[in-house]
Amino acid sequence: MLAQIVDIASFILMTAGGFFVFVGGVGALRMPDLYTRMHAASVTDSIGPILIIAGVMLQSGVTLASVKLAAILLFLLLTGPTASNALASAALLSGQEPNARSIDPDNDSDNPS
Amino acid sequence: MTVIFSVFLLTFLMVTAIAIVRTANLFVAVMLSGIFSLLLAANFFLLDAADVALTEAAVGAGISTVLFLSALAMLDERETSASHNRTIALIVVAVITLAVIYATFDQPRFADPMAPVHQHVAPWYFETTRELIDIPNVVTAVLASFRGYDTLGEVFVVLTAGIGVLFLLDKRVPTGRREREPQMEPGGLRHYLIPRVVGRLLIPFIVLFGLYVQFHGDFGPGGGFQAGAIVAAGVILFALLEGENRALEVLPRGVLTGLAAGGALLYGAVGVAGIVMGGNFLDYSVLSDDPVVGQHMGILLIEAGVGMTVTGTLLSIFHAFAARGRF
Repeated sequence: MLAQIVDIASFILMTAGGFFVFVGGVGALRMPDLYTRMHAASVTDSIGPILIIAGVMLQSGVTLASVKLAAILLFLLLTGPTASNALASAALLSGQEPNARSIDPDNDSDNPS
Repeated sequence: MTVIFSVFLLTFLMVTAIAIVRTANLFVAVMLSGIFSLLLAANFFLLDAADVALTEAAVGAGISTVLFLSALAMLDERETSASHNRTIALIVVAVITLAVIYATFDQPRFADPMAPVHQHVAPWYFETTRELIDIPNVVTAVLASFRGYDTLGEVFVVLTAGIGVLFLLDKRVPTGRREREPQMEPGGLRHYLIPRVVGRLLIPFIVLFGLYVQFHGDFGPGGGFQAGAIVAAGVILFALLEGENRALEVLPRGVLTGLAAGGALLYGAVGVAGIVMGGNFLDYSVLSDDPVVGQHMGILLIEAGVGMTVTGTLLSIFHAFAARGRF
């Protein structure tokens, strides 16, 4: 019984995490400029891995694997936002203006500058 | 289940490969090749080849992306369109593709235990590793002891490649450098607090993990190649944060070239020690009274040599690139 509850909880957590990663991916493709795209993609850095790793940790129980997963989560939570910060400040330095209104279909995908 | 995941990953590999070929922006191509390596590493891991997956992730997705980016810093971002005869290229590619597809018909089925590759020497390695070498990771036993000659060759390939890159890039231009040096910023991301704080926090753990991978290679996935790449990644992170000059103060060029050459020398010396103590070249059993302990010692030493060479070579190449095109 308890095992089933844990299974269901971990299933819900992982599905929710997958959903947020998917939403982040859609946002990264659909948003108009670099900063809003990064804003959308940062969902995959933060809530996505938290939920997915929490779900996987429920599967592995109180083992060494869970400790390793916690270490991975800590690493991801430290590096993901830092990388986003570095990317955003690099973009700002290279002269990319935050302007969500300039929705220009020719100015997306291949060449961000 | 493994097959579904593999097909999924291989499809993405193909999509990424086509995207790499089609994009004219070299920066995008570099990023995509990093993604390609990561997908490939996940695929290796699905096939239970954890050692190879770790190497692919550390070298392919990590270090080579950094090296490509440092090469890109000297180049134009756009690819110049080459106007060669496309018909000939198309014919060559089509013929080779058909030949490869034809060859796959003779391949054994996926995960077939009766495939020739599983019937040749592999069973012997599995049976005798416990008795002769007594380490849990058979991959390390094969790589470091049974096929020590091959790995020695690989170390020298890495060293030779490093020497080649240094000959091409490490051209000291004393006057130009002196003119440029005083105007330069202290370098790196010194003025950016968040990357700096987090980076400084992470570097010790990255290097510690590298050492773990180095010395735990007998028991789990890992070894000198992966550890060398991870330690080099930690030092490159330091160079990006604190500026290349600070990194060179910590690990000067001489030390790096010494590491690269010394690692290969250590590997060769262990082999010669085998001859001197009455065995064959790279026969570690004679290094100690107990042959198994001798094997452990030999593997530890040559893995250390591999790690030293890989770290030294990768960092030398990185500094050679960085000294030319400033980030």
